[in-house]
Amino acid sequence: MENYSLPPKPKNSLWKKIKTIVITLLVIGLYVWTFTGIDIEWSRVIERALNNFQRVIPKLLSPDWSATSEVALAMLETVFIAFAGSLMAAILAVPIAFLAANNMMGKYLSVIGKWILSAVRAFPDIILAILFVVAVGPNAFAGVLAIAIGSTGMLGKMFSEIIESIDMDIVEAMQANGANRIQILFYAVMPQIIPEFLSYAIYRFEVDIRASSILGIVGAGGIGTMIIFASNNRNWNEMGTILLAIIIVVTIIDFASARIRRKIV
Amino acid sequence: MTKEKPSLTADKTPSIYPAKTKMQVTLIFFVIIGIYLFSMYWTQREMVGGIGGALGNMYVVIEKFFPPNFAVLPAIWEPMAQTIQMAILATTVSAILTVPLALLSAQNVTTFKPLYYLTRTFLNILRTIPDLVLAVLFVGLFGIGLFPGILALIVFSLGILAKLISETIESVDMNPMEAMRASGGNTLQVIWYALVPQVAPQFASLVLYVFEINIRASVVLGLVGAGGIGLILNQQLGFYNYPNAMAIIILIFVVVIVIEFISNKIREALL
Amino acid sequence: MIEFKDVSLVYPNGTQGLKNINVKINDGEFVVIVGLSGAGKSTFIRSINRLVTPTSGSLLIDNEDILSYHGKNLRKLRTKTGMIFQNYNLVKRSNVLKNVLAGRLGHTGTLRSILNLYKKEDIGLAYESLKRVNIEEKLYNRADELSGGQQQRVSIARVLTQQPNYILADEPVASLDPPTSHQVMTYLKKINKEDNITTIVNLHFIDMAMEYADRIIGMRAGEVVFDGPVSEVSEQTFEEIYGRSIREDDLRGGANKS
Ligand SMILES: Nc1ncnc2c1ncn2[C@@H]1O[C@H](COP(=O)(O)OP(=O)(O)OP(=O)(O)O)[C@@H](O)[C@H]1O
Ligand SMILES: [Mg+2]
Repeated sequence: MENYSLPPKPKNSLWKKIKTIVITLLVIGLYVWTFTGIDIEWSRVIERALNNFQRVIPKLLSPDWSATSEVALAMLETVFIAFAGSLMAAILAVPIAFLAANNMMGKYLSVIGKWILSAVRAFPDIILAILFVVAVGPNAFAGVLAIAIGSTGMLGKMFSEIIESIDMDIVEAMQANGANRIQILFYAVMPQIIPEFLSYAIYRFEVDIRASSILGIVGAGGIGTMIIFASNNRNWNEMGTILLAIIIVVTIIDFASARIRRKIV
Repeated sequence: MTKEKPSLTADKTPSIYPAKTKMQVTLIFFVIIGIYLFSMYWTQREMVGGIGGALGNMYVVIEKFFPPNFAVLPAIWEPMAQTIQMAILATTVSAILTVPLALLSAQNVTTFKPLYYLTRTFLNILRTIPDLVLAVLFVGLFGIGLFPGILALIVFSLGILAKLISETIESVDMNPMEAMRASGGNTLQVIWYALVPQVAPQFASLVLYVFEINIRASVVLGLVGAGGIGLILNQQLGFYNYPNAMAIIILIFVVVIVIEFISNKIREALL
Repeated sequence: MIEFKDVSLVYPNGTQGLKNINVKINDGEFVVIVGLSGAGKSTFIRSINRLVTPTSGSLLIDNEDILSYHGKNLRKLRTKTGMIFQNYNLVKRSNVLKNVLAGRLGHTGTLRSILNLYKKEDIGLAYESLKRVNIEEKLYNRADELSGGQQQRVSIARVLTQQPNYILADEPVASLDPPTSHQVMTYLKKINKEDNITTIVNLHFIDMAMEYADRIIGMRAGEVVFDGPVSEVSEQTFEEIYGRSIREDDLRGGANKS
């Protein structure tokens, strides 16, 4: 082989090197912290698994068909919770989104709006459900409220991003026409945002179906109530039925929602 | 303008939208309102006092939960830390497991159709099951503790992550892959040289996104006995010790916000 | 030596890409393939490194029929045929050196290449190749920071690093402006002469074909309709190949030599 000259070494700045080292150390530190913090009693886990496997898995896979109607009713309630909650959220989110969009209201108002939205989003749905169960009692309506508030946080954020992305030239053209603010809203802003708003609201319904199926765990109605009973009673056959119901309903709604959304946008 | 105005009688004035669209929209609107009203009726049927009573009760909540008892903070710091550790561990494991699954469910990599559809279907079913339901199942299998919680987070985030990453893979520029193949690279080399550099930043960003999701999920796992801070929250609620519960909820709130903020900053730097 | 013996190719959708091709390309030749869009130029070139597989006939490279190759054989074949693409096909996020080193993939073990453990000679060879196309100062730049012409030179360096016996170039200048086009063609021609690498180039432009080719193959509707040395080619030959008169946009122009 010929004698090739080797390329010059890349010159990395000192600053870059320091940065790499610091980041590496941080990541290593994080993992050391994680692994020292988590200690799993493997012997117990394995023992349990060996004991329970035979008792749980075969039963899960042979659903209890006698519970079908009860499960179906609870699942329907879950769908109702999700539907009412999503719709309320979709309506509530609109004014907040306009508040949070930086091309609609002033800069300061939009920052405040964004803060409200991210504060709401930081509460997991089920924590909201806990609060509402205390407020209105352990029933499905607590679930509706939890979903409504939880989804408002997410939808508000999505909606405000949509509003921020609209074509402001059209708004300008209307202003030049002499249109007033309300007219501009209806003729220049709405047509641009409505399809995407609808699309996100429907998508959110998909997410809310999953969310509302667990709210019953803290007493907020729907199929989650049955999940908790079935698990307390170790009724794994019934759990199989419930699982099947969730998988089927969620799949159907995902599918339908995807089709509708494709049509809208 | 001297053009004569077309003389239209009132019923001949064209409307902006075709009549059929108007009908459809009206119909859909009423169906939605109908389902909504029924849902509202159904979910409130067991509630005493109706919606008016419910809103009045908000005051009760505030009274019960406030002021939060921050004296418990030192005692709950450790379970909170453990919750974060659960999320870190679960995210790491699912980020590793995602790689083969995402490759198998990307149409441009897995050209063997049956395998592609099999993986897709598996992931789709996985994604229908909510995190807490997984946690209930795993607690049933492995008993109360951290392990079922971590497992639930892994399985749950795997479904989301694999889908997002397979979509990223499907959107890459295929030209370099063809070039590597043309120069005699084998499948592994093609993936490593042409695919990995293209998806790596998105991969990191999506893993962080899923970490955020896992943090939210991990704080509530304890409600069903799957470890972490939720366990303490559940106990305090069980004892009707609402000021303590509120302190925990506020801690959760702060931790979620801080972690999301950091994660967002890192993601912005990545892309 | 490359020898097409009655090669035909029908795409899965029924399109006839190649029709009874009989062509023999000798070592060291610089062949330019011309023809209208859809004539089968890409199909012809891609058959040689089996990015597409002809459906009948036999294709001999160094006296071996490559149509039955798969797996290891196929990768070995591709290792000795380098390819240059219209869109450069670089990994945009990777740096120039890494893109050029990718030319060694076929010569490097999987583990070595994944751990970036290239032999010193390989890295040296990559650097040398970059020097030959005068782009060595961009060594550590990301590929997407380069202009089109520079990217194409990097892709030539990648092929050089591969140390192939054959270079296939599918419309290497179609995305470049006239002066850059000539620069790229000049490099290809120089490499062809200096390293005695058989080079097959697809081109749209008649004037460029005339300027750089030793031999021209004309294709129409999947068939070879002309095959001969440049000296035998006239404007009329092109009109026969194209089935119409020559137009302004069949010429690239901008030739720097008279
Ligand atoms: N993957 C494919 N599947 C089906 N038909 C194809 C495929 N690739 C090419 N073809 C068809 O085969 C014929 C020859 O295509 P080819 O790409 O070889 O032409 P070309 O001469 O390179 O054209 P261009 O100058 O536009 O690149 C065309 O009719 C084309 O539509
Ligand atoms: Mg072509």
